[in-house]
Amino acid sequence: MKLLTDLFSFWLAQAGKLGEQTLQHIGLTAASLLLGVLVGVPLGLWLTRRPRLAPWVLGAAGILQTIPSIAMLGFLIPLMGIGHWPAILALFLYALLPIIRNTVAGVQGVPAAVVDAARGLGLTDGQLLRRVELPLALPVLFAGIRTAAVINVGVATLAAYVAAGGLGEFIFGGIALNNPVMILAGAIPAAALALAFDAALAGVQRLSVRNLTRVGRALLVALPLLAGLYLLPRATGKLLAGFSPEFVGRADGLPGLRQAYGLRHLPSVVLAPALVYEAARNVNVDVIDGYSTDGRIKAYQLQVLHDDRRVFPPYYAAPVVRPQLLAAHPELRAVFAKLTGQLSDSVMTDLNYRVDYLHQEPKAVALQFLRRRGLWQAPRPLAPDAAVVRLGSKIFAEQYILTELYAALIRGYTSLDVSTKTGLGGTTICFEALRTGAIDMYPEYTGTGLLVLLQPPPAVVDSLGGNADAVFRYVQLGFRRRYGLEWLAPLGFNNTYALLMRRQQAATLGIASISDLGAYLQR
Amino acid sequence: MVPPVTPAIRAQHLSKHYDGHAVVQDVSFELTPGETLVLLGPSGCGKTTLLRMLNRLVEPDSGTVEVFGQDVRHPRPEQLRRGIGYVIQQVGLLPHYTVAENVGVVPRLLGHAPASIATRTEELLNRLHLPPARYANQYPHQLSGGQQQRVGLARALAADPPLILLDEPFGALDPITRTSIRREFRELEELRRKTMVLVTHDVQEAFELADRILLLDAGQVQQLGTPQELLFSPANDFVRRFFAAEQLALQLRTLRLTDLLPYLVSGSTNNSLSNRNTIPPTATIQEAIEALSNASELTTLAEEQVLFVRSADTGSPISLTISSLMGAFGQAIQHLRRS
Repeated sequence: MKLLTDLFSFWLAQAGKLGEQTLQHIGLTAASLLLGVLVGVPLGLWLTRRPRLAPWVLGAAGILQTIPSIAMLGFLIPLMGIGHWPAILALFLYALLPIIRNTVAGVQGVPAAVVDAARGLGLTDGQLLRRVELPLALPVLFAGIRTAAVINVGVATLAAYVAAGGLGEFIFGGIALNNPVMILAGAIPAAALALAFDAALAGVQRLSVRNLTRVGRALLVALPLLAGLYLLPRATGKLLAGFSPEFVGRADGLPGLRQAYGLRHLPSVVLAPALVYEAARNVNVDVIDGYSTDGRIKAYQLQVLHDDRRVFPPYYAAPVVRPQLLAAHPELRAVFAKLTGQLSDSVMTDLNYRVDYLHQEPKAVALQFLRRRGLWQAPRPLAPDAAVVRLGSKIFAEQYILTELYAALIRGYTSLDVSTKTGLGGTTICFEALRTGAIDMYPEYTGTGLLVLLQPPPAVVDSLGGNADAVFRYVQLGFRRRYGLEWLAPLGFNNTYALLMRRQQAATLGIASISDLGAYLQR
Repeated sequence: MVPPVTPAIRAQHLSKHYDGHAVVQDVSFELTPGETLVLLGPSGCGKTTLLRMLNRLVEPDSGTVEVFGQDVRHPRPEQLRRGIGYVIQQVGLLPHYTVAENVGVVPRLLGHAPASIATRTEELLNRLHLPPARYANQYPHQLSGGQQQRVGLARALAADPPLILLDEPFGALDPITRTSIRREFRELEELRRKTMVLVTHDVQEAFELADRILLLDAGQVQQLGTPQELLFSPANDFVRRFFAAEQLALQLRTLRLTDLLPYLVSGSTNNSLSNRNTIPPTATIQEAIEALSNASELTTLAEEQVLFVRSADTGSPISLTISSLMGAFGQAIQHLRRS
């Protein structure tokens, strides 16, 4: 019951968005269906004249059909970028098989005697096709269009991943935020659309051949109109933003940003997190969300807009250690401190770029950095019975690099042995490993410590007000008290949400901060 | 000098192979206008293929066809077919067209005026016992098999083509419907003037409808001639065997009273002749037997019923009883066999 009221209040609150997405969804389906009919029906008719080629063409269309829809979009992105066209093309390819197959089956299903008699009466091949075969194939042909329509309504939800809109925006936002109400808010209208298309075309299919011919013509008029829906409601602005679903839904994401900066004149599309950077690079969109130390910022020449009103919570990286380790080997405190404040946002971005984009080894990148900073020392020989310091990391490049940095320092400045347990999955796994003593240290982010692990009441979070020092002190104290774990001094960079623009465009428009962006949009 | 009549069809040396297998081998025949030719033979003998070569639904490997003096390869196939009626066993009515629309297909293709098409359709439906008020707007699936075949026939006749091709037109009907439709078909005024080529494997049907029969086996002509010629002067063993099972029935249907006149004794009678007790000399033996055994009001002579044949030559009527008829029939058969 709670779910239901939540759902209705969500729809009410997002009525505009819901309407827009539904229209986009219908438009996408109609556009791809129209293309499917315009290509599939003539192709099917041609195949009835070239029956030897039919197995080949149907086989090819069948193979297209078996490609998972996500993979299909993945194939198309390098070719077509993001936006409407890859989505429409993917849906079109899915619509092809049922339409071609049913066109062929429909024509082949026309009784041989009828075709023979019609030929014998003196109908030309074209007349035979137009007046006899095509009309008589219509019921089967419509069944194919119906199948294609239902498939496409379903697959069109994935269009949200390539910034093509549709009801998938709610669904993927809901999945990213683990918010069932939001998922249902998109999934229920999508299912209703599929049922509506199915029922409408089922009704059409039952009509007599004569009426079907009329409906067929009407459909060729109606589909472009419906497809037009897709293009109509697009708001236009000076800049277009592309956001990941999670960013759009999170309170400290887009909603918080709009509250603090306005940004009312910034129309946005939703797309898959993995694609936002590409979209900015390819000038599909101008403003994106991202993480402030992502290597692609450097690779794609993007610029982080300064969060001058501090909407995004601070996510400063710092080593979290077991106090027992420091007690047993006090010399480690000084070793860990060597990195304090050494890694600015741009430095960390650069290191990430080398690993993520240039595909260098995290270990090599770490050593190179230490050498440049004059921190590197050749590993000392191990003391007999040397204790082992176990370092952990989560499963992404930045954490690998940090772990390698610490490992190299420990080897260079102490006689202790080091083992690394990289790739411990997410936050919870790393944290539990540290708490139970499976590892001695791993790098964590203050924002994560606060919101994911400590989870204080909202009032407390508000009172911290995004102040980096306040958050660090709160987390340090909280961990010491609750878990008996120690946060050491932060490394210097803040890996948080960020708004990004292409560097060149930002420079041209004179935008350095999010306030600048807001002012530019207002102008 | 009689001016040479252009044959309705002149087929010369037609051959057709499918995958190296000869379906039709060197078939030639000519048809005078108004004549009905029946292509007869067992299943797979090539008779349908032969028929379909006449309107180019099948293109021959070799040989030529002329229709009313024109080589069929000259006009475009559609143009040719629009001038030739075509009826097939499965009828092949267009299921999404009404009866009237089906009948009007060819005239529409030929660009006839809608009003004249409507008039013609109505006329044909009336003639084929399908009152337009009731049937014109029905769809084929609402009709019985016999009614569908009548519509098929009306469709073939709609543009009044001089030549009609029929491929087992009664083959899909039950025996009772078949007999009645065949009778209608034979009596249809519309068809009297037409040249027709009809395919069948039904010997009775062939004898009933044919002016001449072309008997085929394995794609080759076995004999081409009148029913009487095939029956009494078979060209080979195949022809003889083909009719053996139904020989008597065919003889009774083929021979006419005129053929028996030499063997019937003419005699005077006191009876006044009326339509009821006379029979024309063109009647078949079968019809004479039926008349003799059915009619109850005939003059009885020595406890036998009597019919009188008006002789065309002498004018004096000849009396006919079952026994005199059968005797003469026997003599005639013997004579025909000997000659």
